[in-house]
Amino acid sequence: MQVSISHKKLDLRRVLKDRIFYIGVIVLSGITVLPLILILYKLVREGISQINFDFFTRVAPNTLEAMVAVANNETIPGGIANGIVGTLLMVALASLMAVPVGVLTGVYLSENPESRFAGTVRTIADILQGVPSIVLGVIAYMWVVRHITNGYSALAGSTSLSIMMLPLIIRSTEETLKMIPETYKEAAFALGVPYHKVLFKVLIPSGLSGLLTGILLAVSRIIGETAPLMLTALGSSRINLNIAQPTSAVPLLIWEFYNDPNMVKLIWSSSLFLMGFVLFFNILAKRISKRWKI
Amino acid sequence: MNDAIIQINSPLLTIERLSIAYEPGKYAVQDVNAGIKKNSITAIMGPSGCGKSTLLRAINRMHELYPNTEVVGKIFLDNENIFEISAIELRRKIGMVFQRPNPFPTMSIYDNVIAGYKLNGKKLKRSVKDEIVEKSLKEVALWEEVKDALFKRGTFLSGGQQQRLCVARALAYKPEIILMDEPTSALDPIATTKIEDLLVELKKDYTIILVTHNMSQAARISDYSMFMYLGELIEYGKTKNIFSNPVDKRTEAYLTGKFG
Repeated sequence: MQVSISHKKLDLRRVLKDRIFYIGVIVLSGITVLPLILILYKLVREGISQINFDFFTRVAPNTLEAMVAVANNETIPGGIANGIVGTLLMVALASLMAVPVGVLTGVYLSENPESRFAGTVRTIADILQGVPSIVLGVIAYMWVVRHITNGYSALAGSTSLSIMMLPLIIRSTEETLKMIPETYKEAAFALGVPYHKVLFKVLIPSGLSGLLTGILLAVSRIIGETAPLMLTALGSSRINLNIAQPTSAVPLLIWEFYNDPNMVKLIWSSSLFLMGFVLFFNILAKRISKRWKI
Repeated sequence: MNDAIIQINSPLLTIERLSIAYEPGKYAVQDVNAGIKKNSITAIMGPSGCGKSTLLRAINRMHELYPNTEVVGKIFLDNENIFEISAIELRRKIGMVFQRPNPFPTMSIYDNVIAGYKLNGKKLKRSVKDEIVEKSLKEVALWEEVKDALFKRGTFLSGGQQQRLCVARALAYKPEIILMDEPTSALDPIATTKIEDLLVELKKDYTIILVTHNMSQAARISDYSMFMYLGELIEYGKTKNIFSNPVDKRTEAYLTGKFG
């Protein structure tokens, strides 16, 4: 009898402990989600009023236009088309540079995991991931702005962004390809398929969802970068498609708006736009990795 | 000559003094000599870890994918040493079916069947492709089951169907020999029976070498059987002779269930 009573006591304690930890975990998880929700709430509340057709199609207003509008309590005219086009241009260009190199490096690492050179490359990629983005901006300034385009340019901006993308793509490619069962490769080899065709027609297609996910996450990582662009792309008040010319970008515009007291409202709406972009890419990446899972 | 090892007259494939080591000095297969009869099923049996699969994978030079593996000896196919021709040519003559069904996950059933052509970049006319797909799927008795779903992914099929699809993929390239590495070990009994019936059917046109750890399977479908133990070929003969009258004590012990 006594034994069973002490068991009950223990049980009660255990259940209590379990409850406390359970609630603790829930509360802490909630705290993690909270910042994102608060950010989105604030951005939508402050920024939505500026988002209209002009916002996507017209370039940023000058101080005078904005000042008049603010004084009359109207929406600020113009939009951020120069920034959107510049961001898309530079992200596309950066992806064009980083994706082939990153994917092939990832393939190399997953195919030769033990080799010494692979170890070195892996370590360097990890270190590269930790390099402050402003430093990459300085480097791109030295290499591209000073010596290739002889002036601030989209090319210089995308160079710094592509260096940021590289380690992310390399590691995600490597991790994805490592997960693909050896048996698919063996099946292809057993059909007399040469090695390079096994890589490009079996291995990479089988890991495509993972590769795309990695690329999209890398894009959403660089899309909001500001510091390196200040030293490379500089910014521009008009829509520019020439990669050798200074170019605007959404985060650069946010910085410019910040420096102009009349444009405060545009800060919010540009931030909302950027945030929406990042969210979109993240959700897209998640869906792709789910849908195309093998 | 060792009377536990049968001499095959005019074999299609001859294995000569074949030894294979995964680590220097540690032989997984040791000094195997054997001929393989054309249009027959030859079963390789033995307890696990005795070199069955290792021996099988030497025949289409799969070991070359793993650079640390050392293969010594000769294998002749049509009087040609397979180690002297290109591995890619060789693998087109010797198909392989693996332990677990492994249809290519990114391809449809149709594309899986002609994967050998597709992946090798061989352009075929649509009508030729259709013909190959239909013929190969009929050979593995899968045609009726999948003819309306040819362009769906192969991975949606059941395990047994997937394995038959893999056999069809090997057949589509018209190999001389098909190597099978425990093709039914991941399948249920009904699917296993279907594959076994299929193999018996296929030996009219192909030569099959089958690794199995299931001796009753070897007894049911094979014409010749090899018994391997600790990397050595202990006994090789007609299946009915081996099962009724084994020469070597170790074969007898294995067949009567004393180990394995």
